[in-house]
Amino acid sequence: MSLLHLVIILPFMFAVVSPFLHKMAQRIHTGWLILPASVFMFIYFLGRLPQVQDGERVTSSVPWIPSLGVDFTVYLDGLGLLFALLITGIGSLVILYSIFYMNKTKEAIGMFYLYLLLFMGAMLGVVLSDNLIVLYGFWELTSISSFLLIAFWYQREKSRYGALKSMLITVFGGLAMLGGFVMLYLMTGTFSIREIIGNAASMTDHSLFVPAMLLVLLGAFTKSAQFPFHIWLPDAMEAPTPVSAYLHSATMVKAGLYLVARFSPVFAGEAGWFWLVSATGIVTLTYGSYRALKQTDLKSMLAFSTISQLGLIMSLLGLGSAAAVYSGTSESLFYVKATMAGIFHLINHAVFKGALFMVAGIVDHETGTRDIRKLGGLMSVMPVTFSIAVIGTFSMAGLPPFNGFLSKEMFFTAVLNIMEMDVFHMQFLGVIFPVIAWVASIFTFVYSMLLLFKTFTGKKQFEKLEKKPHEAPLGMLLPPVVLASLAVVFGLFPNLLSYTLIEPAMAAIHPTMLLPGQQFDAAIHIWHGWTTEIFMTIGVIAFGVVLFKLHHRLKVLNQPLFSGMTLNKTYDGGLSMLDRGAKGLTDRYMTGSIRHYLIYIFIFLIVSIAVTMGSSANIRFDFSAFAPMSLYEAVIIFALIVPVIAVPFARSRMMAIILTGTAGYMVTLFFVIFRAPDLALTQMIVETVSVTLFLLCFYHLPKLKKEIVALRFKLSNFIIALGVGVVMTLIALSASSSRSFESISKFFIEESYNLAGGKNIVNVILVDFRGFDTMLEIVVLGIASYGIYALIRLKLPGEQESAGAGYWESGSKLPINGIKSNDVILQTISKVVIFIILTFSLYLFFSGHHEPGGGFIGALMTAAAFVLLAMAFGIKTIREVIPIDFRRVSAAGILVALLTGIGSFVFDAPFLSHAFGYFPLPLLGQTELATALLFDLGVYLTVVGITMTIILAIGRDN
Amino acid sequence: MELYMSLAIGVLFTVGVYLVLTKSLLRIILGTSLLTHGVHLLLLTMSRLKTGAAPLLGQEADVYVDPLPQALILTSIVISFGVTSFFFVLAYKAYQKLGTDDMEQLRGKEDE
Repeated sequence: MSLLHLVIILPFMFAVVSPFLHKMAQRIHTGWLILPASVFMFIYFLGRLPQVQDGERVTSSVPWIPSLGVDFTVYLDGLGLLFALLITGIGSLVILYSIFYMNKTKEAIGMFYLYLLLFMGAMLGVVLSDNLIVLYGFWELTSISSFLLIAFWYQREKSRYGALKSMLITVFGGLAMLGGFVMLYLMTGTFSIREIIGNAASMTDHSLFVPAMLLVLLGAFTKSAQFPFHIWLPDAMEAPTPVSAYLHSATMVKAGLYLVARFSPVFAGEAGWFWLVSATGIVTLTYGSYRALKQTDLKSMLAFSTISQLGLIMSLLGLGSAAAVYSGTSESLFYVKATMAGIFHLINHAVFKGALFMVAGIVDHETGTRDIRKLGGLMSVMPVTFSIAVIGTFSMAGLPPFNGFLSKEMFFTAVLNIMEMDVFHMQFLGVIFPVIAWVASIFTFVYSMLLLFKTFTGKKQFEKLEKKPHEAPLGMLLPPVVLASLAVVFGLFPNLLSYTLIEPAMAAIHPTMLLPGQQFDAAIHIWHGWTTEIFMTIGVIAFGVVLFKLHHRLKVLNQPLFSGMTLNKTYDGGLSMLDRGAKGLTDRYMTGSIRHYLIYIFIFLIVSIAVTMGSSANIRFDFSAFAPMSLYEAVIIFALIVPVIAVPFARSRMMAIILTGTAGYMVTLFFVIFRAPDLALTQMIVETVSVTLFLLCFYHLPKLKKEIVALRFKLSNFIIALGVGVVMTLIALSASSSRSFESISKFFIEESYNLAGGKNIVNVILVDFRGFDTMLEIVVLGIASYGIYALIRLKLPGEQESAGAGYWESGSKLPINGIKSNDVILQTISKVVIFIILTFSLYLFFSGHHEPGGGFIGALMTAAAFVLLAMAFGIKTIREVIPIDFRRVSAAGILVALLTGIGSFVFDAPFLSHAFGYFPLPLLGQTELATALLFDLGVYLTVVGITMTIILAIGRDN
Repeated sequence: MELYMSLAIGVLFTVGVYLVLTKSLLRIILGTSLLTHGVHLLLLTMSRLKTGAAPLLGQEADVYVDPLPQALILTSIVISFGVTSFFFVLAYKAYQKLGTDDMEQLRGKEDE
């Protein structure tokens, strides 16, 4: 963990607290509390400048998933530092600006700063991570925070649309990029970018090299809004303007450029890389500048302008990659100029476009509109804003003496240089680049002028505005003034940047081109003499002015080139098709019929088991060791199968229930034969109580108790059922005839008495060895009982609330023709029998540790006694005889079990450890006392409580 | 013995699944009961039948039957008791409030 790690984490920490800061300090705008953190980070990165300039690399690693090669490794070199300064520098200015832009009482600014800081941290993570997987995580986090910020005014439909669009496109690209990263890992065996760059030479012939390159580029192009993925950026302008200035112009959209620059050492020199990056860039440049001409909304203009400028930088990075082809020769330094121009323009663009976005925000804020058709003549009322706009637009248009002029000149130099290339077919196609670049520059000039003069000069038409325009407050003007000043300073003294920022970044993009100790020549000259470039610029201005004057009359510039926005239509159409397709597909199998769902499950079961059994060599059928069968057992099997088969044919509910119950009792008999006394006891009681429940539920509902519609034979159902049956038979046979490994049961048999002091192994497993399972089991039962309780009390909407009759107040009485018996014999006998059953249940409970019995069985037996009481005397009697809320009993039981488990902590033992000992007690003699009994008591109470809750709830409802 | 038990298990599963696939809620509940019985016998049969004495050390036998499936089944019996009770009440309430126990009529509607 280094300071660099902490700086990345710092924004996240502030992000988490920002909503609370907003709540606690309502009187101060949260931005004031956030700003120092951002400024501090900026200063920190400024302080790293000399270090990085000297070629020192800050690196530090925190292991995360070492087994997968994923570590949180941070790495600070020239390229990372350049971006980090942009992120924190522009970030600080944007936060300052937002303090005046976002109203602290009307807007949810706590959340605003949460998202903004989330972005800041994520973006820092992207540019400072050395590990690809960590980089990917931060990368997606920027997409998510961008989504949240675009949808900040989520009440607006357009905001949600824009947010979703940006998210879908950038996350799609991110996913592709992840694929590329995985391929890089497969080729090099590492996720570390530096190590991958070190192995770059050995990868070029690998079959995954080109796919990896394409996927990484897909990530870069979507993020940096390159044609044809640019369509999300104009819609992202629905975000608050500080966000547009920050994310969608200065930083996030440059993440794609960062990625291209970062991976240049790996892929540069590849013809595909050169062509894709530079051609996509130049197409985007032209298309974006052309589209910007037609916009009437200030922010849309700036959005298309951003797209176009991103294209420019992208193409410069592409052209710069040509240097790698000539690696080792002096020509390489010739082409490296393109990279230098790209980096310089990246800084310049952040500066002037940031200022222009802030100007657009001010105009919007002070006039209530961004439509240039309504605006005009603002120069006189907003002089400062106008001055900033002049600097910003002139810089963007490439006019001296501003910084944009210099990078525009360098761009021209780069495209002219490229004509001299003699590889990649550039000898024929090279001439295209300067021509396109020149045309695009004219468009850029024209929209820059439109932006400036339409807004600030011309006829005043203030009556069309929502507000009376006036100059913005000082705090809102300060950030763009800072940026505009920088545009002038960088324009006049470009060499302030050359060796501090540009050269170290170039060194990071072209790491192998220089010998140790060497430096790129990054000096920028304002005046080169009468070169081709300066004539191109004069041409741009001349044609630009003409075009600006004729703008109104040229139809081609004002009407859409294609019918509507074709790319957007493709996106919208594709999305709604996907929506409908998914719904259609889901509707086809999610039918709402439980039968269909069960059929899917059963068919899957049959197929998966059948395939496994067919293909596995371990499945054997060996009948030789099977136990013999006596006649008595044959009779029971027969007595089991016949009622089971008869169930589907039963014509009355009662009959079906009784047949099922018969099957249950037969299973009980099997438990007896197969030496499972605990199971036999439990099953018998459960079967009895279940049948009682059946009767309680169904008997007195007149229509339900009688006939049911005869079951029509359904072949499809039968085939599936038979399939399951056959598969299960096969499982039973193969499992009992072959054993792949020794059973763990030996341990239980051997250690039951030694470790747990119990002779009933099954009981010991339940309360001691696997006590935790039992613990959760009674909780499940508890949930079921509360579910039943809630169901019984269920009222459909519109139904009348029964007037406050509580559970016990209303008195639980079964109707006369219910199951309350008038049988005197039953009443007389049960008075005695109930006590016998209760005594027996207590015996079962206490003897459970050594003999058949235990908490479960004892509890069920107790419940059975109460059920008998209910049948003989009615449920009301239970209430009078035992005035306990059984829900509390079950809660108390769970508590006892839990406390027993926790008790072992006192003795520094794991949860639910049991102890036992033998103590001489009066009357009883030497007696074993075990904590397991306490736990079993919890089980006992819970099961009694739950069973009685269920029975009483049902009985009461009638 | 195991062979015949396996066949009986097959029958229990077949009838259980068949009932579960019908429309009547009551039959579905009964089907789950039969499936539960099938599973219990399956667990028991898997560990071989009648291989020793009941798993009570008081019997002082040389060989005991496998206690593990019994512990599993005991848990299962109690859980399935809870589930079955819940089903009963669900079916009963559905009939009482909605007047039907036909699953086709209880089908989820569009956009619910």
